[in-house]
Amino acid sequence: MGQIFSQYYPLFLHGLGVTIFVTIISCFSGTVLGTLLALGKIYGNKFTSRLVTIFIAIIRGTPLLVQLFIIYYGLPGYGIRLDPILAAIISFIINSGAYQAEYLRGSIQSISANQLKAALSIGMTRWQGIIHIILPQALRRVIPAWTNEFIYMIKYSSLAYVIGARELMTEGKLLASRNYQFFNVYLVIAVIYLLVIVIFVYLFRQLEKKVTIP
Amino acid sequence: MPTKHLLKIEDLHHSFGSNQVLKGVSFSLNKGETKVIVGPSGTGKSTILNNIIRLVPPDQGKIYLEDTEITATKKINEVRQQIGFVFQDFGLFNHLTALGNIMVGLTKVKKMTKQAAAELALNELDRVGLKEFSDSYPSQLSGGQKQRVGIARALAMQPKLILFDEPTSSLDPELTGEVLKVMRNLAEDGMTMLVVTHEMGFARSVADELIFMEGGHIIEQGDPEQLFTEPVHQRTREFLFQLTDLYGEGGA
Ligand SMILES: Nc1ncnc2c1ncn2[C@@H]1O[C@H](COP(=O)(O)OP(=O)(O)O)[C@@H](O)[C@H]1O
Ligand SMILES: [Mg+2]
Repeated sequence: MGQIFSQYYPLFLHGLGVTIFVTIISCFSGTVLGTLLALGKIYGNKFTSRLVTIFIAIIRGTPLLVQLFIIYYGLPGYGIRLDPILAAIISFIINSGAYQAEYLRGSIQSISANQLKAALSIGMTRWQGIIHIILPQALRRVIPAWTNEFIYMIKYSSLAYVIGARELMTEGKLLASRNYQFFNVYLVIAVIYLLVIVIFVYLFRQLEKKVTIP
Repeated sequence: MPTKHLLKIEDLHHSFGSNQVLKGVSFSLNKGETKVIVGPSGTGKSTILNNIIRLVPPDQGKIYLEDTEITATKKINEVRQQIGFVFQDFGLFNHLTALGNIMVGLTKVKKMTKQAAAELALNELDRVGLKEFSDSYPSQLSGGQKQRVGIARALAMQPKLILFDEPTSSLDPELTGEVLKVMRNLAEDGMTMLVVTHEMGFARSVADELIFMEGGHIIEQGDPEQLFTEPVHQRTREFLFQLTDLYGEGGA
């Protein structure tokens, strides 16, 4: 196993780089999308709120793989041809955004409405109240759920191999189909995923500690 | 208008669905006056205060802050800067320190520099006796301290008027005194205040006028001493005596 790694580490590292890149972009952009969706659902008018609910239901109610195929294989039918990595990132952002919207909604709603009232009472606009008072607290509270989302996303990003995005899983599969050492290659890959996840969980715990409010 | 009022409320009506809460309430405050509103729970006292800064826009009636008709203005945020609000449950921002709670309105709303805001905020904390707690978060403060931060936050915006909605009702009895004392000092310094409270000791010693409300109407208003000793309405006497029994005469 160690031998496989030392022999082919540029391949593994390249794949890992892509995996982490895709995961980080998808997760962070997913947070932005999720925040907008959650705000639309809570503070938007009836129409916006309904629209967001339907969008979230559709995304959460269909397999990620199907969403990925629609974007990668379906869109070219309408003249939109995407690079596999970009297609993967877009579908992951949409998917993660829908899940994160639900975490964030719970987190925003757990912050008492009285704080928004207080913000308005000193002359803040609703938007200022949301930005300066509600979100800083809601985002802190969502970190544990967000850590889980990140772990899922690292693992789900391996789905990108089916459209040929050259992330960690794809590199492994290509390698194994050349040297036939399926067991060893996939074992190396499993260990890499595990290590990366352990490291990120540690980093997020540190972040959580750092921003915790007494 | 013969005299110029700081706050004038005319024929205020408000309903929540079919629940008619305010059925025509009118009164006014002059600069420097303190008025206390009392009345049974659910009678619409908080609704009046919320109507004044349009946290809940009233159904009918007019409210003026000096020459500005609050009920009609398009610049409600500017009006809110001029009217402080102190909440029963403090309404502090939990992610900010005591100082941060006061500064955020100054920097984000009044667009003051951080430095100027910090200086002013520290002054206001000092005024409520909490200078050494500037770095404490709300969760690290007692109820009385939280409420004093709430008052300092309102003060820092340099309002023309402060509304208090039962500022001591969430406090343990031994902590009400420190809050009432700050409020008494404000009244003595000439701040205009409209206070909903059950603290009859405070009302008798500080208020220029006591307003007794019930069922969405003002039943009686006047000099607090007079309402206690020779009220026009029997109901006023009953209610005030019942309150005094419940809460005592205490309070600053
Ligand atoms: N947001 C609201 N929605 C529906 N009913 C409300 C709301 N706020 C207050 N009420 C009702 O209005 C009445 C008056 O409430 P409130 O002004 O809080 O009374 P008070 O402050 O005198 O105790 C009560 O019956 C209360 O249940
Ligand atoms: Mg009330």
